[in-house]
Amino acid sequence: MAATTTHLPPARYEFGGDEFIFVELDQEMSLEANFKAMAITGALREQGIDGVIDICPSNASYMIRLDPDRVHPAELVDELRGLEITAGDLPDDHTVPTRIVDVPILFDDPWTRETLMRFRDNHQDPTGTDLEYAARINGFRGVPELIDSITGSPFIVTMLGFVPGLPFCYQMVPRERQIEVPKYVRPRTDTPERAFGYGGAFSVVYPVRGAGGYQLFGIAPAPVFDAAQTLPDFADHIAFPKPSDILHYRAIDRAEYDRIRGEVEAGTFRYRTAEVEFSPSAFLADPDGFNRTLLEVL
Amino acid sequence: MSEIIVRSGGLYTTVQDAGRDGQYAIGMPPSGALDQYSYRVANLLVGNPDGAAALEATYIGPELEFTDDRLIAVTGAEAPARVNGEQVAPWETLSVRAGDVLSFEMITSGARPYVAVSGGIAVPEYLGSRSTYTLTGIGGFQGRALRTDDRLPLGSPPVSGPAPGSSVPAGLRLALGGVAELRLVIGLCSYRLTEAALESFVDTEWKVTKDADRVGYRLRGGTIDFIDRDPPFGAGSDPANVVDLGYPIGSVQVPGGNEPIVLLGDAVTGGGYATVGTVISVDRDRIAQARTGDRVSFTPVDVDAAISARRDRGIRLEKVRAAVS
Repeated sequence: MAATTTHLPPARYEFGGDEFIFVELDQEMSLEANFKAMAITGALREQGIDGVIDICPSNASYMIRLDPDRVHPAELVDELRGLEITAGDLPDDHTVPTRIVDVPILFDDPWTRETLMRFRDNHQDPTGTDLEYAARINGFRGVPELIDSITGSPFIVTMLGFVPGLPFCYQMVPRERQIEVPKYVRPRTDTPERAFGYGGAFSVVYPVRGAGGYQLFGIAPAPVFDAAQTLPDFADHIAFPKPSDILHYRAIDRAEYDRIRGEVEAGTFRYRTAEVEFSPSAFLADPDGFNRTLLEVL
Repeated sequence: MSEIIVRSGGLYTTVQDAGRDGQYAIGMPPSGALDQYSYRVANLLVGNPDGAAALEATYIGPELEFTDDRLIAVTGAEAPARVNGEQVAPWETLSVRAGDVLSFEMITSGARPYVAVSGGIAVPEYLGSRSTYTLTGIGGFQGRALRTDDRLPLGSPPVSGPAPGSSVPAGLRLALGGVAELRLVIGLCSYRLTEAALESFVDTEWKVTKDADRVGYRLRGGTIDFIDRDPPFGAGSDPANVVDLGYPIGSVQVPGGNEPIVLLGDAVTGGGYATVGTVISVDRDRIAQARTGDRVSFTPVDVDAAISARRDRGIRLEKVRAAVS
């Protein structure tokens, strides 16, 4: 992947009315753009500028919410342009302390299958399932190969948003091996809670039941959001995923799904996690080798 | 403890305050009163501190029974209000006693009446705010809209407040009716539209559809063309698709090219549609009072005009404070 290192265009600074600044680092997705968004927003957070209300790193961009009564948006843009230079270029020895997380998924489950069949009219391919469609347009021989590809390499959380706790995840493989699928032609009005979806080059786990436009591939037995904070993993925070978390999706069968659901309902479930130092440059130099080492930690 | 007995919740009445700040990065929108001006004036009229929680109704107001002496005020949409069946004035400090019942007639203009009560609605704070966010069922009264027989806790009334009968001068009330002119800062991903499309977006009088709630308003009335391009990697293949990004509150997206959606306080915080501009914070008050079938139009302004409009609103609020205290 080193040979295909992405050179990012100049960042684009835009005002979202008087309360927001949107900064697009690239129109297309790459890990480089995401790492840059993480670095700049991390440096901004450390500055503790008065009037900055929210700092939201996104996939290939970031967004700031501010109180214009305390800081003028144009002044903040000047500050961000400065950070683009000082914090945007990562040194080779830059590492991110993060964690790798085992995320069980029941693929082709009865609940998302029922939902996607109900919304066939909203889909590019009304005759099949979302899995069959995604396997075909990505050149896989069938659904099992698609699932192997998803579970074979981990994903990094590149953005939280849409609704509370929803992680956008990007697979840590070179671009030619990325799975890419369109969003539904018309978004669904219903999606089961904890559905595992895929749209563009991103996978998500839906935190709550509601609307959604991503292709539906399966369901997670464990939640990513717990407003009541009943599970131990949510004691400190209502959302489990954090930006830069590395998620390893693991295909499970119905028996394991039911067992984990039981643990969740009993309040005993905990995600299997391990602390890791993530080195973007080491990863970009040898993605597969790096991923192998990463997954051995779990 | 003192409380309000909800005899009827109306169509969709929620507890709201100035909003829940600082949670956007995990995907939680600020919520809060959609029409912040009317909400703040209501608090001023009953002597509440800034940020006290009040009630926001939609279309059909609630019926509320009071259990002790309080000051109350009704602002926002025009919905003739009655206490024990007697018509009472909006935008005015009213005094109620135990057993008094506040009720509403059909709305005549606007969409959302606000009801403030001295002492404020004292539901527990959740992440620093009492605002209701029904999508995930958090904040407010049990995370949901009010229902018959709910009992809303009230805080201790302030030691002094405006005298009953204190009234907001007509020029300081929110102007309702007609086409809602929304000032908009163009940008974000507006490069996705042709120049003609941007012009037609601004020239069109848009109609509010029935899909208009606290999450956002879907509009209809014209079509908007995107510039042809090969979709960038990761975006998805629709012309309106971009690599998923953050959505500002007030931002306008045009999925499919024919249905602009303006995001409001309970908005989704990000997604994969191109956003082409952002309604300035002051004019979110105005769209919050537009209802299905009403017309809205967009007027481009720059960020300095947005900030100066915000200052003007601050000055108006200070004038209200001076007029009622």
